[in-house]
Amino acid sequence: MADDTPTTVTITLNGRPVVAAPGELLISVAERAGTYIPRFCYHPRMEPVGVCRMCLVEVEGPRGATLQPSCYLRVNDGMSVVTDSEKVKKAQDGVLEFLLVNHPLDCPVCDKGGECPLQDQTLAHGSGETRFIEEKRHFEKPISLGELILLDRERCIQCSRCTRFAAEVAGEAEIDFAGRGDLIEVAASPTQPFDSVFSGNTVQICPVGALTAKPYRFTARPWDLEQVESTCTTCAVGCRIAVQSSGNRLTRVLGLDSEPVNHGWLCDKGRFSLDSVDGNDESANVLSAATRITSPLVRKDGQLVATSWSEALAVAAGLLGGQTGERLGVIGGAALTNESAYTWGRFAREVLGTENIDANYGDGLDAALLQALPGATIDEAARARVILTMTGDLRQELPVLFLRLRAAALKSSALIEFAFGTSALRSVARVALPVRPGEAHLVAGALAGDAPSGELAASAEAIASARELLGDGEGVVIVAGRPNLAEDASVIETALRTLAERFPKAKFLPALRRSNVRGALDMGLAPGLRAGRRAAGASGRDTLAQLDAMAAGEQNAVVLLGGCVLGNVLDVERASAGLARADVVVVTGHGGATLAHADVVLPAAINHERRGTVTNIEGRVSAVAPKLAAPGASWDDVAIAAELAVAMGATLDVTSVEVAAKLIEETTGYPALSVLNDDTAEGVWSLSGERSVRRALDPMAFPGVRSTDAVGQGSYAGDTLNLDAPGVAPVSPTTWAQVSAGRGARVPHVDAYSLRLHASRRLYDNGIAMQGSPALAGLVEETTLYAHHADLDRLGVATGDVVNVVGANASVALPVASDDAVPRGVAEIAVGTRRDGENLLGRLAGADTLTLVRLESR
Amino acid sequence: MAYLDSPQIVSSRKEYADSFTLARYLATGGYEGLKKALSMFPEQVAAEVDAASLLGRGGAGFPAGRKWSMLRKSAVSYLVVNGDESEPATFKDHYLVERDPHQLVEGVIIAAYALQVNRAFIFLRGEFALGLERLSQAVNDAYEHGALGRKIFGSDFSLDIVVHPGAGAYICGEETGLIEALEGKRGFPRIKPPFFPAVTGLYGEPTVVNNVETMSNLPWIVTHGGAAFAALGAGRSTGTRLFALAGRVKNPGVYEIEMVKNTFRDIIYDPALGGGIIGDKAVKAIIPGGVSAPWFGPDQLDLPLGQDEVAAAGSMLGSGSIVVLDEDSCIVRATWRITKFFSRESCGQCTPCREGSGWLERMLYRLEHGGGRVEDLDLLLDVSDNISPGLAWPPQQTTICVLGPSIPSSIHSAISMFRDDFVAHVDHGSCPHG
Amino acid sequence: MSHLRTELRQRAEEVVALYPSRRSAMLPLLHLAQEQDGYLTDEAMAEVAELTGTTPAEVRGTASFYDMFHLEPVGRYVVGVCTNIACLLRGGEELLEHASAVLGCAVGGTSDDGLFTLEETECLADCNIAPVVQVNHRYVRTTTPEAFDGLIEDLRAGRLEHDIPPHGTLIRVRRAGGLRADAGEIAAERASAREARAAREQ
Ligand SMILES: Cc1cc2nc3c(=O)[nH]c(=O)nc-3n(C[C@H](O)[C@H](O)[C@H](O)COP(=O)(O)O)c2cc1C
Ligand code: SF4
Ligand code: FES
Repeated sequence: MADDTPTTVTITLNGRPVVAAPGELLISVAERAGTYIPRFCYHPRMEPVGVCRMCLVEVEGPRGATLQPSCYLRVNDGMSVVTDSEKVKKAQDGVLEFLLVNHPLDCPVCDKGGECPLQDQTLAHGSGETRFIEEKRHFEKPISLGELILLDRERCIQCSRCTRFAAEVAGEAEIDFAGRGDLIEVAASPTQPFDSVFSGNTVQICPVGALTAKPYRFTARPWDLEQVESTCTTCAVGCRIAVQSSGNRLTRVLGLDSEPVNHGWLCDKGRFSLDSVDGNDESANVLSAATRITSPLVRKDGQLVATSWSEALAVAAGLLGGQTGERLGVIGGAALTNESAYTWGRFAREVLGTENIDANYGDGLDAALLQALPGATIDEAARARVILTMTGDLRQELPVLFLRLRAAALKSSALIEFAFGTSALRSVARVALPVRPGEAHLVAGALAGDAPSGELAASAEAIASARELLGDGEGVVIVAGRPNLAEDASVIETALRTLAERFPKAKFLPALRRSNVRGALDMGLAPGLRAGRRAAGASGRDTLAQLDAMAAGEQNAVVLLGGCVLGNVLDVERASAGLARADVVVVTGHGGATLAHADVVLPAAINHERRGTVTNIEGRVSAVAPKLAAPGASWDDVAIAAELAVAMGATLDVTSVEVAAKLIEETTGYPALSVLNDDTAEGVWSLSGERSVRRALDPMAFPGVRSTDAVGQGSYAGDTLNLDAPGVAPVSPTTWAQVSAGRGARVPHVDAYSLRLHASRRLYDNGIAMQGSPALAGLVEETTLYAHHADLDRLGVATGDVVNVVGANASVALPVASDDAVPRGVAEIAVGTRRDGENLLGRLAGADTLTLVRLESR
Repeated sequence: MAYLDSPQIVSSRKEYADSFTLARYLATGGYEGLKKALSMFPEQVAAEVDAASLLGRGGAGFPAGRKWSMLRKSAVSYLVVNGDESEPATFKDHYLVERDPHQLVEGVIIAAYALQVNRAFIFLRGEFALGLERLSQAVNDAYEHGALGRKIFGSDFSLDIVVHPGAGAYICGEETGLIEALEGKRGFPRIKPPFFPAVTGLYGEPTVVNNVETMSNLPWIVTHGGAAFAALGAGRSTGTRLFALAGRVKNPGVYEIEMVKNTFRDIIYDPALGGGIIGDKAVKAIIPGGVSAPWFGPDQLDLPLGQDEVAAAGSMLGSGSIVVLDEDSCIVRATWRITKFFSRESCGQCTPCREGSGWLERMLYRLEHGGGRVEDLDLLLDVSDNISPGLAWPPQQTTICVLGPSIPSSIHSAISMFRDDFVAHVDHGSCPHG
Repeated sequence: MSHLRTELRQRAEEVVALYPSRRSAMLPLLHLAQEQDGYLTDEAMAEVAELTGTTPAEVRGTASFYDMFHLEPVGRYVVGVCTNIACLLRGGEELLEHASAVLGCAVGGTSDDGLFTLEETECLADCNIAPVVQVNHRYVRTTTPEAFDGLIEDLRAGRLEHDIPPHGTLIRVRRAGGLRADAGEIAAERASAREARAAREQ
């Protein structure tokens, strides 16, 4: 069908012709043409509402020129607009004056003073003298809207950015306008405070000092702040951020508007857990002197004591030297930069001679499988005809990805959700397929047209409508992670293989959560992989296998990269048993329970102290930048690996981060140095695509971000993977059989009294990132077992009861709550919540494909 | 000109104490218009209304027939009746709903039939507790009587009417604010375009919004024919209209008067109507059409009560209210009180209206109660100008809806007509009337 | 557990069913909640949120836009005196002052015995009997101070219980039955009507 909608329109702007896309908002057309129209309520990432009236311009119409809000008006061909007439100026000055009628003139003591759009506008356009001599409205000074957010109602200019963010972007209208007229105020309900995991965004977009974040309040004055642009590594979405410091202290993280990634938004964990910056969920309050390790340590007479680098390296070399590769191994690395991961990968293989290396902690998906799947970017997912999610609750696991997918589902994409348990995306899903533990691959098979073997929780109708949506897989993006930690990875892996084989046109977006896990795997920190996403055909032990091998005396030593194994492996007892028997070299910036097993500790620089690149879930490479100097004698991991190699009589020829980046790019084509050299740049590493461009920053959209020229948009790395390079074979679908062969086949018998355990994650978990952050620590929720009310009724248990949950190895007492978002026959427990010190999952889960629990009254 | 006795179209049952009951309604020709309408094609019914040239009685005065015909090209989804009546000194819809609810219900059914919609909402001002009860009873009785619900009077037409109580907010009289309230939200008016109810109304669907009085005329029009209605009045102003007369007159009240044939003087002075000014004082000012309208002085007393005639004189018939101020009335206090009304009723959505109304109110309070300055008069006008550029009539606006530019009307009129009164307040330091 | 008592909860569900969207029932449901408690309690608003598919903040925000909803307890009788233009010209301000003195509370306040809350209202659309006074949204048509005093006496003595229910009870006439014009059936009827008409026109 021929589409005769014109692709461009021409408007007249102050007498000049300007070309635009039909339906574009006048305010942004003008801005692109170099005419910046003042504004307050308009935010480029939200629907316009046209309420502040600051952006009025004259538009020619049937009844002559009238004043129209340029943020609300969509351009059409021939439209004639004047933005600089006397009438426009008077209207805009009038609005500015009106905004100040009830606004306190206390800029010198206001947190926003110095970076306040209202102040800036007033200085630029205001008359300087006030004609208003009446009493202003008065409200009680700041009130709490939730755990993290304060509101000074007197300063509010009713732009509704915050309330719209809550309702429109986050989908949680926990704040709304109350009252009418000039008594309007933003308010939360006492029965449901503003505790959204996205609450901090409202502070960032507030154009005045009305909303403030409790953690940042009064910590710095805007003019004292210094800033670098960096990448958040709290989770693997890789939101672009501005990191600000005052003196030698990090004070604030703000979201940058990265077109392909975060659109300016952040989650509160990324924004506020400043003091637990390595994103591995295991750091103590790393900036506090108490937990930060500032010099090398070696164990002498049972005690870790401070020493020099040369001694520490010598001791470590001694422990590792003289062993064969089989008896050595390396665990961790997801918190490293790509440059560090690359250097440690080469150290492991070239110096230690081992293939026992793994950046996952037993809770990921097969790395080779992930790399073999045809990849989708976040943008592709957000533009997909159909999105299929096979993940945990994304608001809890990858919060900003949740925002992107929610927006997509509301706009144009049909969302099919594998409904494992509670999920914030449920309300926007076109089809929700209830999936019980151990069933995902069967449901995937059913979607591919196989007759299901056995009864599924999802109805035949639901599966049929999902199948219809999926079609032949064209335009489908499958988002897949590890929804259930009490289920063997093979269930999801098999499901993924089935979908990939049966829907060859579908693309995949991995939803692993741990900071730079994608980069670490791309740099080869997994058995059988090499830097640049290549398979080496070799095999080695993954993390759990190494721990078991150490417990069995088959492996003697291990190097732990960037953190605390005990804080990350779900079965703490299993991990401790291994570490207790081996020589342990820990490379870390801060302590954790693992230090109890350390023989040598090598202090490393952590995020915000180091330079490098990281790769997000979609494979986008972007830079992290140092804002502070690493304390004491800490070194960058690149230097530690290189020097440890020298101590062991080898050389990696890596003398700096830049050299590592250069080697990565030169030998594999993987973008590194090119990204590093332009610290606002980022790129997607895939086989095709285009170079994206920088976009000017609207200071009104993200007040407080101190860079005014550019936001990193990315240098696309291009089609640089040399598929024909001799000696290395890229991972391809043909290797799937090999990667997934022989995995978990033991399916236990499910009787009427058992519930299948769905172990999910929470954003606010028990990890040291949260515990180390005074702002966030209080937000970790109680550990609770959720089940469908029908199951609870059947078992004679009621919400609020505390029951004994009996699993494979032990029983734990937990409170129960009914939640019908959990499929029938399933019990959901969020691991890593308050009770996790008790090694909950380690005690409940056995070695079977899925975990069964029974509820017994106490 | 002398008062001309007018036919009583919408207030024909005013002498009956039980005019609100179904029994009385049926005994006085009730639901006959509907039966006739159901025997016609919907288009024919609409054509009669078009021929009647029935101007909307809610304030804007847009012909109902034209509104419907604009819509009939696409399918209309909902009919919404505006019974929010909160314009100060307007009390005709209150009268119609309490005294003749069946007439309204019948009108709504006729309109719904003409528009072929199956669900109508009557949004009634929440403070009309008695009106809500009587209207609810009338709707219940109409269902019982077969005039509502499935297959009305055995025809193929079905309709549900839902009575929706407001909750106290003037802005819900504005049709898009009303639609928001009907959707369960704050009554924040929507931006037109694109949110013309006819295009994107209730639940985003094409919607007709008409006033209670507009609807109440329909049974008569269908019964007697559009031409009979159009024969009354003159020019575009056909039929009769309910005028709500209030203020310093001897007999305030709701009077049904043939359009154009009578003047302000008639309604204020005729013994059968207003009966003159209390204490036989002189008229100082007339506020026609609700407090959003520019004022008239005594020199306009002979202006005919017709939509175009009043518009030509620089104001509007608006909601049909007429407030009379006499020589003893304090102009500054009246202006302040009207501005206070707007300040309290501004929805708060757009800056000029939200902040401007409060600022103007505070200045006028000072002038009335002490502390006024001569420069305040120019400031009042300039602040007003920032809400309604040029202080023109019909007004321009910097706001989303026309509540904004309604605020300056009184201020502009009062200062232009009675500047000396303001100056006297400044000189006296507060209101000289005490 | 429902905060609304059984009868009101059931009525609330019937009201929700009258609208194409649950949220539309917001104002009627808030009136019902106020009928039970005299004002809007947090518990009631949480329940209205559940019934309308909104959040408690949205319910609170919406309710507080409207003058008739009270978020704080009020007297058994809410007395409103209009001072808008038509009443102003006929002694509305003076009557309000008198009311304040008689009830012993400021405008917006509640009398010490908790019986009366006094409000200054905008135009109540009964200007032919100005100044206008409403008690619990019933017109009482007392325009003089003396008549007002008599009204307060009658209310105190319980003589007006029948005419003026306690604050919150707005509409005592309930809708009889739900929707009758089923959309599906109507569509079918429309189609057959079109056919019949086409036949007639031939
Ligand atoms: C601020 C404002 C208040 C209004 N109040 C009312 C009202 O109370 N009743 C009414 O019928 N129309 C009112 N209107 C007019 C409505 O927007 C709309 O024009 C009218 O209901 C259409 O019905 P009609 O064509 O039958 O007059 C108001 C308009 C504005 C701008
Ligand atoms: S608090 Fe800030 S963001 Fe929210 S409405 Fe007020 S000024 Fe706007
Ligand atoms: S009205 Fe356009 S920016 Fe606020």
